[in-house]
Amino acid sequence: MTELTLTPNIDSADDFYADLLAAHEGLSKAESDAFNARLILVLANHIGDRSVLSAAIEAARRKG
Amino acid sequence: MNKIFEVPLYAYERSPDQDAPTPVRHPVIVIGAGPIGLAAAIDLAQNDTPVVVLDDNDKVSFGSRAICFAKRPLEILDRLGCGHEMVEKGVEWDLGKVFFDDRQVYEFDLLPEEGHEFPAFINLQQYYFEEYLVNRVRALQAQGKPIEIRGKNKVEAIGTHDDHVTLEVQTPEDSYVIEADWLIACDGANSPTRRMLGLDFVGRVFEDNFLIADVIMEADFPTERWFWFDPPFNRGQSALLHKQPDGVWRIDLQLGWDIDKEEEKKPENVIPRLKAMLGEDVEFELEWVSIYTFQCRRMEEFRHGRVIFAGDAAHQVSPFGARGANSGLQDTDNLIWKLQLVMDDKAPESLLDSYDIERIHGADENILNSTRSTDFITPKSEISRTLRDAVLDLAEEYQFARPLVNSGRLSVPCTYDGSPLNTADALEQGPARTRPGSPCPDVPLGDGFLLPKLAGKFTLLTIDAEAPDSFEESGIEVTRLALSVKDDKTLALKQRYLGAAPSAVYLIRPDQHVAARRESWNENIFRAALRRATGQEQQK
Ligand SMILES: Cc1cc2nc3c(=O)[nH]c(=O)nc-3n(C[C@H](O)[C@H](O)[C@H](O)COP(=O)(O)OP(=O)(O)OC[C@H]3O[C@@H](n4cnc5c(N)ncnc54)[C@H](O)[C@@H]3O)c2cc1C
Repeated sequence: MTELTLTPNIDSADDFYADLLAAHEGLSKAESDAFNARLILVLANHIGDRSVLSAAIEAARRKG
Repeated sequence: MNKIFEVPLYAYERSPDQDAPTPVRHPVIVIGAGPIGLAAAIDLAQNDTPVVVLDDNDKVSFGSRAICFAKRPLEILDRLGCGHEMVEKGVEWDLGKVFFDDRQVYEFDLLPEEGHEFPAFINLQQYYFEEYLVNRVRALQAQGKPIEIRGKNKVEAIGTHDDHVTLEVQTPEDSYVIEADWLIACDGANSPTRRMLGLDFVGRVFEDNFLIADVIMEADFPTERWFWFDPPFNRGQSALLHKQPDGVWRIDLQLGWDIDKEEEKKPENVIPRLKAMLGEDVEFELEWVSIYTFQCRRMEEFRHGRVIFAGDAAHQVSPFGARGANSGLQDTDNLIWKLQLVMDDKAPESLLDSYDIERIHGADENILNSTRSTDFITPKSEISRTLRDAVLDLAEEYQFARPLVNSGRLSVPCTYDGSPLNTADALEQGPARTRPGSPCPDVPLGDGFLLPKLAGKFTLLTIDAEAPDSFEESGIEVTRLALSVKDDKTLALKQRYLGAAPSAVYLIRPDQHVAARRESWNENIFRAALRRATGQEQQK
């Protein structure tokens, strides 16, 4: 079973973050919310492993 | 209006019980001649247990009610002697389409597994379903079986005792008292029995209304299930179109919470809604229109001494996923063989507690599934709608999102994992789907099928294994059914019952659920498994 990674794991973290902001540019609040929802679902499917997903939900709930 | 709603199916007739000097005692009384009460009574009478069914009505249940019946209930109905009529009359469908806004986001094929006698699903109006059950009652009566339906017999009071129940019954002529050793309450979601006994019925009401219409039309819509989220003709809400026999179509339109039900039900308001959906030039006639609010709830316990609840009286679900009547039939399938063993003194009364355990397990599974479907179809918050719409948007483009679309998970029977009647699984490498507690999956056998050979009695199913042809334990007879993978042309028997094991011996309950399994016969172990499956022995 894979563990949820909570240590730095993103290549070029600043670039990713900029991409994320750029994706929201020009979107209304509702469009941004919809975008976030789609992104969560795409990422969740990529992870797939239910125990990792549960740990991620828990980690986000505890917020750090 | 359709004639079937008006013709009495079991008209009132005076019973000698009404003129008896002292109340007559019956072994079993069933309250309610709905789908579940009738199934319970047929099951009892087939095995010669006398039963009287009381119903305050005398016709089929009116209105738009159940239409989808799943494979497992059809298999149960086959055992009750009327599964094939239902399938012949019913409409079979495999293809479903999901629309979001004005576009089709995807379609799915139920792709039913091969090698089963009954289809995954049929659509059939509940009034036909009830009519066929009543026909079966009449056929049993013609054979001299002890079964009676009393129309316009309304139960008004119930007295409970340690070893019997008394009922006060109102008829068009007078009221009378009768007694029963056992009472099965199948009197529906508003169960007067539950109320008279002061029992709870807790759960969740969904704050939403649905217009359910059955329309008769000559339309060339295909035999498919069409489900819309947020369509142009019903903005912000959902809609469903499904075909029934005789050119009748079921339409569900979600209406929201703040509506005037009486206004919405008027034809002058319903017809424009339906035209917007079906097209201006489609000709149709309304068969029935109702407005429903749905809920998911169940009783804390289904058995209260000599009173046993089944069907909607015990549990109620929203119709998304067609689990109401489907699960009610599994209740009586589970109950009747147990009750008969108890009545025949072949099992202790405590066997009936396993009905509670197993069917509460089933009810909870159904409530969970229906609640999840309802939450998807009618999102209760801003964010749940955003997530729902995201799933639908993605589903159009990407396959991965399609399994998340939940417009009703179709009813499948539950496995009684952890039931006190199961003996621990001892078939190494056996398939998970036939572990103890599972409903037996069907298998083609030469020119017939497996399930009819397992019906209504304990069976020892051997696959390439030796065992005696029968054995008896505590007065209960078990007969062997010997099969071999040599005759298994489709490999379904091997896949469903052996897996990687070279041989297997299964003990199968009268309701076709697996009680125990291992690789080979062992007398002590199977005798103990039978005692355990009949509540006579706890697992050590
Ligand atoms: C819109 C809708 C769609 C549905 N779709 C499906 C579906 O697709 N598939 C599915 O499986 N289920 C479906 N259901 C659920 C299904 O209709 C019920 O689960 C089913 O009717 C329950 O059967 P029952 O015998 O338990 O109760 P009921 O059918 O309610 O029967 C109860 C009987 O008890 C009698 N009774 C009540 N009080 C007394 C009294 N005091 N004395 C004597 N008799 C009494 C009544 O006259 C009635 O005949 C749907 C329901 C609705 C509303």
